[in-house]
Amino acid sequence: MAEPRVVVIGAGPAGIRAAQALVAAGLRPAVVDEGLCSGGQIYRRQPANFKRPYEALYGFEAKKARAVHTTFDDLSNAIDYHPETLAWNLSGNTLHLVRNDIADTLDFDALILATGATDRLLPLRGWTLPGCYSLGASQIALKAQACAIGERVVFLGTGPLLYLISYQYAQAGVDVAAVLDTSPFSGQIGALPVMASRPSMLAKGLYYRAQLTARRIPVHTSVIPLQIEGETSVSGVRFRTGKGKEQQLVADAVGMGFHLRSETQLADLAHCEFDFDEELAQWAPVADVDGRSSVPGVYLAGDGARILGADSAEITGELAALAVLSDLERPVSGQRVQKLRQGRERMERFRRGLAMAFPWPAFLARGVEYDVLLCRCEAISAGELRSSASQCGAPELNRAKALIRVGMGRCQGRYCGHAAAEVLADMRGESLRDVGRLRGQGPVKPLSCNTRMKVSK
Amino acid sequence: MLGRFVRVAEQDRPTVELEVDGSPCQALEGDTLLVAVLSQRNTLRQSEFGDGDRAGFCLMGACQDCWVWTPTGERLRACTTQVSAGLRVMTHPPGEDVWPNLA
Ligand SMILES: Cc1cc2nc3c(=O)[nH]c(=O)nc-3n(C[C@H](O)[C@H](O)[C@H](O)COP(=O)(O)OP(=O)(O)OC[C@H]3O[C@@H](n4cnc5c(N)ncnc54)[C@H](O)[C@@H]3O)c2cc1C
Repeated sequence: MAEPRVVVIGAGPAGIRAAQALVAAGLRPAVVDEGLCSGGQIYRRQPANFKRPYEALYGFEAKKARAVHTTFDDLSNAIDYHPETLAWNLSGNTLHLVRNDIADTLDFDALILATGATDRLLPLRGWTLPGCYSLGASQIALKAQACAIGERVVFLGTGPLLYLISYQYAQAGVDVAAVLDTSPFSGQIGALPVMASRPSMLAKGLYYRAQLTARRIPVHTSVIPLQIEGETSVSGVRFRTGKGKEQQLVADAVGMGFHLRSETQLADLAHCEFDFDEELAQWAPVADVDGRSSVPGVYLAGDGARILGADSAEITGELAALAVLSDLERPVSGQRVQKLRQGRERMERFRRGLAMAFPWPAFLARGVEYDVLLCRCEAISAGELRSSASQCGAPELNRAKALIRVGMGRCQGRYCGHAAAEVLADMRGESLRDVGRLRGQGPVKPLSCNTRMKVSK
Repeated sequence: MLGRFVRVAEQDRPTVELEVDGSPCQALEGDTLLVAVLSQRNTLRQSEFGDGDRAGFCLMGACQDCWVWTPTGERLRACTTQVSAGLRVMTHPPGEDVWPNLA
């Protein structure tokens, strides 16, 4: 029998550990990744001619970053690596790839989706102004380009990245005007015992916060953000404190995000079953503890399957690879699987703590005023979505999308989808589960009109 | 010179000459096109829907809010495009319907 063709999508910590386990078992997997370099989000690499040491780039995670990078570099002769390549569609057992506008196909017997996550956003008046970026973007500017998104930055939203990135900016010498967290401090205290399941992670979180305080950077919790101000670009932020007092901050940039959302389009195109996860307040492809999806031959790993963070991505990447091997009837160490599953369970407990500490502020999305742009791509307002729900009776998101194009623009609903679901659910007096989810469609990202098929191999 | 992005390290790199909307733009080797433009300018492009200027948003190739064009109409995503000497870009699409409706 010919060697089974195993393809991994994503070269972040999950994809890298998956590839490593497959190679260790004697297979030669293909790894497809859209990035210029391997590493994924947390371990994103800087360009080759940059000189900052690992410690400056990755802080406490420097050792892990180096380990993940070295692992992947050492695999270079043992895998077929497709960098700068987007997997833009999937039909049956064939992936559709594109690199530099040249389209190609790749067949697989087993597919591991390790596609990671993007920031989860909700609209706020003024969020389309130049100077407003996602939280992740703020970090990418710093990590991969040694730039700050502005001279004086407000970080706004909630989640662990809010504090990490604010700290990273302060550490790089950037003027951080304030950290505005929509979550209440009491919830964070309440979650401490649960988060103690990973003491070192908890300690890091507390450290970042202490560092912000030591630098006299104001940290507000229970914040209601009101507006990103500015005529033609960001000039400040207006918000209400937990005590109900309105405040204004002068700033030329805002980094904003409310935790993360999984990149699940390919799982959707593979016809994986999805379920609504109440705790994460998002839809996720269904998978067993090892990452087997509902579709035979399709496996899920890392933050693309479930937002559990970088350490978990390494674990679930390896677990998915071991599941592939086991399903191919290759020998797999039961002990190793057991250990990985235990590790994953610990990450689950910690994640529960994070969800308690940093809840998704659905009420903000539901309260978005009529004239605020909900869809950045096609400038569709929250009011337009509301009227589609009331006048046209859009019963669920895909119908609303067909009616007013919300989620149909170039980002394919990545940045408006969550808020759109909240607004629609609010209008209809239904649950998020009832209004459904925007179905993934190919191409998962817009292709250039210069895209052409690769000629003969 | 009033840029939006502020370089905080790694400034000791060779320069690369580009052309943005017909004007010279000096970048550093290793810059993305978005960083090259926004370290000199305040905005990148105008929204096609008349709601003002845009300057990118996600920097990771997901939001598609940083499209620019080559003079021949080829579309580039500024946040994931590396600069190269002599690169010429326009922040307005050169023709009317260069962006195919893929929906
Ligand atoms: C901008 C950003 C910054 C973050 N920073 C941190 C941090 O500092 N600390 C922290 O603990 N966590 C951070 N996270 C959380 C992060 O998601 C995880 O920690 C970790 O990176 C998850 O690993 P992963 O392997 O699952 O996915 P990722 O590391 O995200 O890797 C996924 C890879 O898949 C590729 N990919 C996705 N879809 C396709 C496709 N269709 N075709 C081809 N390639 C594709 C992506 O380009 C990416 O390289 C960050 C997340 C984001 C979005």
